[in-house]
Amino acid sequence: MAGLHKSEFANPVVNWIDTRLPIFTMMQKEYAVFPTPKNFNYLWNFGALAVVTLTVMILTGIFLAMNYQPNTQLAFGSVQHIMRDVNYGWLIRYVHQNGASMFFIVTYIHIFRGLYYGSYKTPRELLWMMGVVILLLMMATAFMGYVLPWGQMSYWGATVITNLFSAFPIVGPKIVTLLWGGFSVDNPTLNRFFALHYLLPFVLVGVVFLHVAALHITGSNNPLGIDVKSPQDTVPFHPYYTAKDSIGICVFLAIWAAFVFFAPNVLGDPNNFIPANPLQTPADIVPEWYFLPYYAILRSVPNKLLGVCMMFGSLLVLFVLPWLDTSRVRSARFRPVYRWLIWVWVAAFVVLGYCGMHKPEGIYVVLSRLATIYYYLHFLVILPILGKLERPLPLPESISQPVLGRRGGGPLPGTAAAKPMEKA
Amino acid sequence: MADTSAAATSHHAAAGGVTKRDFLQLIALSGAAIGAGAIAWPLIDSMNPSKDVLALSAVDVDLTPVTEGQGITIVWQGKPIFVRHRTAAEIKSAQDVKLSDLIDPQADAARVKQGHDQWIVLIGICTHLGCVPLGNKPSDPRGDWGGWFCPCHGSQYDTSGRVRHGPAPLNLALPPYAFTSDTKIKVG
Repeated sequence: MAGLHKSEFANPVVNWIDTRLPIFTMMQKEYAVFPTPKNFNYLWNFGALAVVTLTVMILTGIFLAMNYQPNTQLAFGSVQHIMRDVNYGWLIRYVHQNGASMFFIVTYIHIFRGLYYGSYKTPRELLWMMGVVILLLMMATAFMGYVLPWGQMSYWGATVITNLFSAFPIVGPKIVTLLWGGFSVDNPTLNRFFALHYLLPFVLVGVVFLHVAALHITGSNNPLGIDVKSPQDTVPFHPYYTAKDSIGICVFLAIWAAFVFFAPNVLGDPNNFIPANPLQTPADIVPEWYFLPYYAILRSVPNKLLGVCMMFGSLLVLFVLPWLDTSRVRSARFRPVYRWLIWVWVAAFVVLGYCGMHKPEGIYVVLSRLATIYYYLHFLVILPILGKLERPLPLPESISQPVLGRRGGGPLPGTAAAKPMEKA
Repeated sequence: MADTSAAATSHHAAAGGVTKRDFLQLIALSGAAIGAGAIAWPLIDSMNPSKDVLALSAVDVDLTPVTEGQGITIVWQGKPIFVRHRTAAEIKSAQDVKLSDLIDPQADAARVKQGHDQWIVLIGICTHLGCVPLGNKPSDPRGDWGGWFCPCHGSQYDTSGRVRHGPAPLNLALPPYAFTSDTKIKVG
């Protein structure tokens, strides 16, 4: 029959399925033999860690949803029911709650890898932009998820953040009413947040699929930032990176387990153990730690609309990063100035996070304003100029070359000679 | 492709046949399988009845308001439970039946608690297709044997809850219960 895929598998059942839907061939091509740069460091584990986290979050979330009640009268109690009465409910809830933090830790490090090694540069611009979409979806999902337990911080965080949209001229208040489904954050809001919180992770799965597909078209970047020149620069993904990722996953799960079993509430806010009270605002309204830098940017500007724009802008600027950075060199390893400037930017981000924890007064206002200015300065001024002015270090000829030498290199005394570089 | 990749996909067995690599693969796979099981079990077990549902799995019933000849219906684990205080005549008619006359032979003594044979406690679900038979209210039809009558398809039960007229195949089932005092029972 013409048009049917010719499957190479020996096992008759596998062959039958693969001829009709070549998933086995696809897995073999994309995850077994896929040529991957051989010089990855552990920063390259974090994409896989993010996928593992997303899977665990979806699984635990589905089982939580079997017992959760998205009604203002019942929500808080249903979470306590999960913690106390449902078999292993406490475990599923703590895994899910700490998993949100783990997801952001892993994603922020994954993004840092992209920034440091220039993974956003051509031809990976679209890959990078899809990554920014993933970050935005994660933030929306996490925000709505935090509202669901209906604690004090759930309610007031929802009130503050939905109220942001009233900053937009003319249509602002109408947008807020639309989001609320009423005159304040109340039952309609909670109900729709639950529906959307269940939905968005599956949208995430779709975008992650596209993100990985785009990666498999361009191939991965690597710590040297130079293109793969020949098959000798690569190793098959299996078993090298399946093994390396397995190690990373074990370490990651151990850290996640340490939070779940030994300090499950250390990253949370005690205020959320108080059921939501629309008539009493807590002394400090603080979002979860992963939102603190953006919260600091928001509050650094005295003007409501400008603060909102600066906060959203800090994420939107990431979309155009591939065009802001004019350097032709990808990896910071060969960019002597960018190499320490990126750490200054990270410091600014951490300072913003620290300021976000405190009331916007005194030194914290000053610091968050300086850090916000630097954050934007890095993207909008420093990067465009730096690319033109910086003198990069000489790039190696290929990934293999630093190890094998120019023509395969001479042998060290007493060792075997390396094979000469293969043709691509 | 670097030379080492060839070695990765085919392993050269030593003279004994099983290599260290095979062992390591087995250990790694077993570890992953055990891990997957350890993750799957709490998720699946969370679907089992939770502690508050299990707490409702037993119900205490006070029998003092139930006068002779009267029957009440209580709910246990979502099912109707008939509790009838039988008259002397009802007890006698239940005990005097020949076992060979019964569709589902069972002596009355096996269906009541010793010393308390005026109390019959049954799961009030017809063994045919699951309707709740009539017979507890004084105005209800009780069928030809004075027990219960199922209006759905005409099954009739006697004063011991035994099926005497089909299409039901079995006697009304007995829930697990015990007398905690002369006037109280605990069902479940």
